[in-house]
Amino acid sequence: METFWFCVIALLWLGYLFLEGFDFGVGMLLPVLGRSERERRVLINTIGPVWDGNEVWLLVAVGATFAAFPAWYAALLSSVYLPLVLFLLALIGRGVAFEYRGKVDSARWRRVWDAVIVTGSWTAALAVGLLLSTTVFGMPLDAAGDRVGSPFASIRWETLLGAVAVAGYALVHGAVFLSLKTEGDVRERARALALRVAPVALLPLLVLLLIVQLRFGSVWTWGASIVVALAALGAYGRLVLRREGQAFALMGVVVAAAVAALFGALHPNVLPSTLDPAWSLTVAGAASSPYTLTVMTWVAAFGTPAVLVYQGWTYWVFRKRIGTRHIPEAHVPAGTTR
Amino acid sequence: MDVLDLARWQFGITTVYHFLMVPLTIGLSLLVAGMQTAWVRTGDRKYLAMTKFWGKLLLINFAMGVVTGIVQEFQFGMTWSAYSRFVGDVFGAPLAMEGLVAFFVESTFLGLWIFGWDRLPKKVHLACVWAFSLATIASAYFILAANSWMQHPVGVELVDGRPRLTSIWAVLGNNTTLAAFPHTIFGAFAVAGTFLVGVAAWHLWRRSDDGPVWRASVKFGTWVGVAAFTGLAITGDMQGKLMFEQQPMKMAAAEALCHTESPAAFSVFALGDVSRPDCENVKSITVPALLSFLAHNDFTTEVKGIEDLVPMYQEKYGANYPVDPKLGELSGKPIDYVPNLPVTYWGFRLMIGFGGIAVGAGLLILWLTRGGRTPRGRWFKWLALGSIATPFLANSFGWIFTEMGRQPFVVVPNPSGVDGVWMFTARAVSSSTPGEVLTSLVALTLVYGVLAGVEVFLIRRYVRAGIAGVLPARKPDDDAGSRDDDVLTFAY
Repeated sequence: METFWFCVIALLWLGYLFLEGFDFGVGMLLPVLGRSERERRVLINTIGPVWDGNEVWLLVAVGATFAAFPAWYAALLSSVYLPLVLFLLALIGRGVAFEYRGKVDSARWRRVWDAVIVTGSWTAALAVGLLLSTTVFGMPLDAAGDRVGSPFASIRWETLLGAVAVAGYALVHGAVFLSLKTEGDVRERARALALRVAPVALLPLLVLLLIVQLRFGSVWTWGASIVVALAALGAYGRLVLRREGQAFALMGVVVAAAVAALFGALHPNVLPSTLDPAWSLTVAGAASSPYTLTVMTWVAAFGTPAVLVYQGWTYWVFRKRIGTRHIPEAHVPAGTTR
Repeated sequence: MDVLDLARWQFGITTVYHFLMVPLTIGLSLLVAGMQTAWVRTGDRKYLAMTKFWGKLLLINFAMGVVTGIVQEFQFGMTWSAYSRFVGDVFGAPLAMEGLVAFFVESTFLGLWIFGWDRLPKKVHLACVWAFSLATIASAYFILAANSWMQHPVGVELVDGRPRLTSIWAVLGNNTTLAAFPHTIFGAFAVAGTFLVGVAAWHLWRRSDDGPVWRASVKFGTWVGVAAFTGLAITGDMQGKLMFEQQPMKMAAAEALCHTESPAAFSVFALGDVSRPDCENVKSITVPALLSFLAHNDFTTEVKGIEDLVPMYQEKYGANYPVDPKLGELSGKPIDYVPNLPVTYWGFRLMIGFGGIAVGAGLLILWLTRGGRTPRGRWFKWLALGSIATPFLANSFGWIFTEMGRQPFVVVPNPSGVDGVWMFTARAVSSSTPGEVLTSLVALTLVYGVLAGVEVFLIRRYVRAGIAGVLPARKPDDDAGSRDDDVLTFAY
């Protein structure tokens, strides 16, 4: 039961990284791929209907960790405190920016919110990477699960690599997504950019996986890591052949296999203590009671399929490519009138 | 300040702030769903205008509610990790359910609603706004179930010093939740109703275009408000009776009732310093026996005063904090069982007072605008705009009262529940450094402050622009149907 919930948490993170991964990427690429106001609006509207729903995967991943593994939730969130503050500020900023940037017709207003979207997307992607790699590599925890040492204990070269790995993935994933969802110049530029940056941007993820496998890996997590590399190559090849849909799907395989490899290597720990292995938080030690896990299983059994159906439907409703020709004139109230 | 104080200030600021957006979202979303239903059923353009106008204000507000809600979900683990470990077996479940069952629906269907205008079939689009607004209410239920468990823990046993869930139905069906939930939802409708009345009355005063839209909004808003305040009074009374049984100290603190009284009088207004638990120097205007009635439905019931409650609490839950370095200055010190009396006493009265002003202002505005009339004086503008703030204040003071009133506990002991299931706030906090919590407190407060300015600026702008700001004047080719290459409504 505990291991089942460990897998559920991994799946929720997978959903989050796959979905919000591309909307982080779109935000990160806003100034690069959007050369005019119209193009920037194309970019933002590709994720307009879905980014908020994507973000709920984070809330559910964190909420489910609280419910199923309270000790993991408490130790991880309290010990990675300052990076999480940045993460929250970034999510606040970009969320509000999407909603507010088009509400006033002024170039300066939009420039400010564009800057918030770009920095927010970069910061949030880096912070997620830092958080997840911290849980894999561990923290200096005492027997009670409290952090020993400085507030910056989570910032080490391994976790910084993890931060860059997630941001790099989001960058490529976002570009592939845009090549799939847009048309015309934007689509061409997105594809060209994905091909140009992918070899560099996906490298940190592969290095991260290699290090994790060398330290904690087992046969099957090695297998998953190899799948990551193959899927990444495949995505690249498909994109060269202009099969953007297949490339996007393979980017999904990349993140799925990466999550499997990382969480698989972490198991049966959930948050290792770097001071004493006996103090590591484990799946069994951090879990809630069997009754609570049973309750949560029922909720997940009914809730998750429903979520997949209606979120899938949203993507279906807004499945068409969009381009500058669709973008109407902004209709917002003119300045102050009395 | 130590970590405990900083963490409490942070939780207070972020929660009160979050709960400025939440009730407006809950209340307004359902009203907008109602407006859109009226439009779909009658085809009357007035209702479309109302849907678009109030819907736009809803969206501006909702964005802030979402992003400030994310902070809440993380905050328990970040600053209250000892609390999270202690209650995790129980408390995490309703939070996770909220995400999975309610918040997913909210976010997804709101996206469909914003971007699906003219793209989805009319009725499907209407169903989206209903799904969204009902999900906001479901969301509130789960969150209040979690909060009510802190006020009145049920459905658990004590295993290894920690509460362990034995019945999720007991948690979801907690009588404290069953009273707090309708009270909160009525509070949300009070906010939304007053918001409609205030904004619409201001437009009438300005002699804006689209007069019928504003008149309909005033009428709609007032009756929503009146219904909500009736509900608030009834459910508030239910809560009072539960509080008498479940949290006698909070009851006494609400009244600054120092000495046990039988029958107990209700204090309407106190002169002097209510901060002292011995009530010296306090003169109070009272209604005889009313507190007995509020507590137990008869005019004779004895209501215990603070003086008598303190020794009872000391006997049951200890006179001193344990000696534990994690408690910092409080280690080994006597436990102060009396909540901050000026906050509880005045918070309770301000909640009721501002609520009363809000409903009074609504009715007054409805009466002043009867039969096509609109007052011309500037006082009417200030009445309209001023009334908008009052239910927000009532909500905030209500929450401040109920959360401050349970101190020094974070999980209040249930007098008829399992022994040992309670926790002092001082023990709940993380082992973070003060610097960390101070950083987040300052950063969040500053960002929230800036965003409050932005939200008010945008709402003002859209309010001023009126219907023309959200609904372009009809063009001849508008009825030609949507073009084939319409892919979505470009809301951003």
